[in-house]
Amino acid sequence: MKYKVNEKGYYGDFGGAYIPEMLYPNVEELRQNYLKIIDDADFQKEFHQLLKDYVGRPSPLYLAKRYSERYGANIFLKREDLNHTGAHKINNTIGQILLAEKLGKKRIIAETGAGQHGVATATVCALRNLECVIYMGEVDIERQAPNVARMKMLGAKVVPASSGSKTLKDATNEAMRDWINNPVDTHYIIGSVVGPHPYPDMVAIFQSIISEETKKQLLEQTGSDQPDYVLACVGGGSNAMGMFYHFMDDENVKLIAVEAAGKGVSSGLSAATTYLGKEGVLHGSRSILMQTEDGQVVEPHSVSAGLDYPGIGPQHAHLFKTGRGQYVSITDEESLDAGLLCTKLEGIIPAIESAHALAYLEKMEFKGGENVVVCLSGRGDKDLDTYIKYFNL
Amino acid sequence: MNRIKQLFEKKKNILSIYYTAGYPNTGDTIQIAEALERSGADMLEIGFPYSDPVADGPVIQASSKQSLDQGMTLNLLFEQLKDLRKNVTIPVLLMGYVNPVLQFGVENFCKACAEVGVDGCIVPDLPMVEYEEFYKDCFEQHNLSNVFLITPQTADERIRKIDGLTNGFIYLLSSSATTGKNLEVGDTTETYFSRIKNMNLKNPTMIGFGISDKQTFDKACSYANGAIIGTAFVKAIADGDIEESVSGFMKNFK
Repeated sequence: MKYKVNEKGYYGDFGGAYIPEMLYPNVEELRQNYLKIIDDADFQKEFHQLLKDYVGRPSPLYLAKRYSERYGANIFLKREDLNHTGAHKINNTIGQILLAEKLGKKRIIAETGAGQHGVATATVCALRNLECVIYMGEVDIERQAPNVARMKMLGAKVVPASSGSKTLKDATNEAMRDWINNPVDTHYIIGSVVGPHPYPDMVAIFQSIISEETKKQLLEQTGSDQPDYVLACVGGGSNAMGMFYHFMDDENVKLIAVEAAGKGVSSGLSAATTYLGKEGVLHGSRSILMQTEDGQVVEPHSVSAGLDYPGIGPQHAHLFKTGRGQYVSITDEESLDAGLLCTKLEGIIPAIESAHALAYLEKMEFKGGENVVVCLSGRGDKDLDTYIKYFNL
Repeated sequence: MNRIKQLFEKKKNILSIYYTAGYPNTGDTIQIAEALERSGADMLEIGFPYSDPVADGPVIQASSKQSLDQGMTLNLLFEQLKDLRKNVTIPVLLMGYVNPVLQFGVENFCKACAEVGVDGCIVPDLPMVEYEEFYKDCFEQHNLSNVFLITPQTADERIRKIDGLTNGFIYLLSSSATTGKNLEVGDTTETYFSRIKNMNLKNPTMIGFGISDKQTFDKACSYANGAIIGTAFVKAIADGDIEESVSGFMKNFK
């Protein structure tokens, strides 16, 4: 239980359920039922069957040879980009849609930044024939047009969030409002390890398939299930939590979480939460967030829509505060350059989110022969427009 | 005795008005309070703005944003409220989200409220368990009521628990909704209001969310000790002279 949630919904000092009474029954219904439902043998069978036949799991653990030569370490890429819909997000939405069905919900809402979670949610709603409404910031709708089109093709209604910075934080606010106004028949599929308890724990459990598979694959490929390092990018932090989950108690495995520095941590245009933030409450949980002295949330910036969030999940805040995880950051430019490098070295165009994690390899020093796993959380098709503009392609 | 308790002991059909501090202009906070008292409001809820107000609808959210953009902070609000009790005698509550309170420090916040003559608080996203465990003593030491919300979905057992914890009034949301929805008193709402009335709670009740005119106010008063108006009032003071807007709005309830 050292790094996992306690019975009150906290990870050390972080977590809880800071929600208005209007949401209490919904969240309480989830809290009382989620573990019971997830642990049920029939649920597990259906969940794993869908992950295998529909998502295409297990995702490969690929030993990237040219990366390994470049850094003098064995660099493994956990290929979440090969999942159906192009990112790790589908692991969680498959789990939550089955859970929503068990709770008798008829309508699904979600928020999305890069659109990966929106697409994953719209996909599972199409699969299970449930009504789907996706909230997305106006700015993100513009920079992630292909994913907006995908969601619409899948039958989802995409509602623009026009308040604040018009990005992920505001889409989350709008989705919460929708849930407040539709408390009985609607399930809110939160896409990251954020929100009131039990969301951070529930999403982490669904994403933990990433590290569960990685351990088995590492054992087969290296003879040990414990790498020296695991790296993942962090916006809210769901791919990172999935990547870290089964390694958290292996204290010799170093966990590295890469945040988005945007134009630089001191530039005023950044999403480097642990560097710039302090403890507070946002979107239903106590965590670390970027805020003014007066407790107003500061609008973040990242070239990557999926990392453009002013907070991190409470479990990440706990890993950061206890020193179990190392939290670092990478600028917009460094991430885009790393995206191109990955394309050239390995023939894989990564999502700009994942490119943040890859970029940190440049800053690490290896003694030689270490095993390093990087979570390649998603593919870069959705980001082509940004890559085209940056590299004048 | 706390002004809120006194009010409920002597009056029925209480009209409480919510408005956002520092809106439409930063310096309007006290002027609006005084104008409301003169025009017959029984109680005030002054909202301290927050950047991410998930329980609010678009009107109150926009007022909060305008207020924040003009530089409103909790420090500035408490500065302004130093003059509150010069001309305002009715009970005053502060309403807002938990994060600004945490950053200000809960103890500092309670102390500042008491110093300027604020009688109670409504912090919708402060969990009941946290309040009970960490903050209740502090609120009580400073003679502050902490008001909780209940909705049609709140179970009886939880309502009883809230009734035991609070000492001002209970805020009955007319429906599970963000602010600014119209009150529709149909069979379901009526059953809910009657259910609460029949619970014989120790605290008085006020109905909020969706009250906008005399008709909805009177209807709400038939089930509770009074009602709270927010969105309709915030809309009414958006532009024009404050005194005129306030008295014009309040005439609708006479």
